[in-house]
Amino acid sequence: MSTDIAHATEHDETHDEDHWSDLNYIKLALALAVITGIEVAISYMVDDLGAFFLPLLLGLMLIKFFSVVLFFMHLKFDNRLFSLMFYLGLGLAVAVYTAALFTFKFFSP
Amino acid sequence: MADTAVHDAVGEHDGSDHDDHGHHTTTGLSNNKLAMWLFLGSECLLFGGLISTYMLYRGRHSANGGPDQFWDIPFTSASSFVLLMSSLTMVLAVTAAKRKDDRNTNLWLTVTAVLGSLFVAGQVYEFTTFYREGLGYTTSLFSSSFYTLTGFHGVHVSVGVIMLLATVGMILKNRVPGDKAEVVELVGLYWHFVDIVWILIFTLVYLIPA
Repeated sequence: MSTDIAHATEHDETHDEDHWSDLNYIKLALALAVITGIEVAISYMVDDLGAFFLPLLLGLMLIKFFSVVLFFMHLKFDNRLFSLMFYLGLGLAVAVYTAALFTFKFFSP
Repeated sequence: MADTAVHDAVGEHDGSDHDDHGHHTTTGLSNNKLAMWLFLGSECLLFGGLISTYMLYRGRHSANGGPDQFWDIPFTSASSFVLLMSSLTMVLAVTAAKRKDDRNTNLWLTVTAVLGSLFVAGQVYEFTTFYREGLGYTTSLFSSSFYTLTGFHGVHVSVGVIMLLATVGMILKNRVPGDKAEVVELVGLYWHFVDIVWILIFTLVYLIPA
């Protein structure tokens, strides 16, 4: 039963990926370029955006980061073991260095 | 394990992603690809350390020697755009390799290498300009951490360019070990990783004011 589900999921993922033609990749790259432009524009609006400045920039950065990881690097369509390898390293890095930055009072006002 | 290596080397699959399940390995996946993802996961720790160090030291400089005095955002934005577009050309090379279209694979790999070289050239120009303006490697903790972080990234891009050109050479001479599409995909994974690291550096180092 579980094997059937796994095969069904695999089939769906294959189907999804088959739809990712070169045109889709070009569209995604253009979207990422537009986001980069928005990021640059935001960087000149520190005073205007106030408290929204940092979350906006970080949010756009994460959208770009995960778009490349999920679609250009195919992690969305690939076996989950590959995701595990990458996200373990990424998660460990985020945890260790966030702790280190807290230790050095980086986030203190 | 030796059997696995032999099977991988002779490339007993037709090159699509879903043939990962067709590998004669314990996991049924390509060991090479698994190793590449593990390597990229470990690289997160390297760049995480460098980015954190920069974040800690970015305020440690003299009154007129901080980031705001040196950064040229329009120029760095253009460099970022070039690297972002190289990710597109890389993914086009991977799809061409999966179609077994050697001509377009080589074309897109070469374009990617050219864009990567352009990015490195931009970085060399940027470093030279900063140095002439008085920002040396040992000028301050800020400058040391900045040059170390962006320098390490630049070296990664340079290594990526070498990998791309080596792959083009191997395809032209028909000397690709194992499955051609998988080799191009592995080089692509490394290249995209270099791009995602720059996505972080561009925002955290250049766009967010110290």
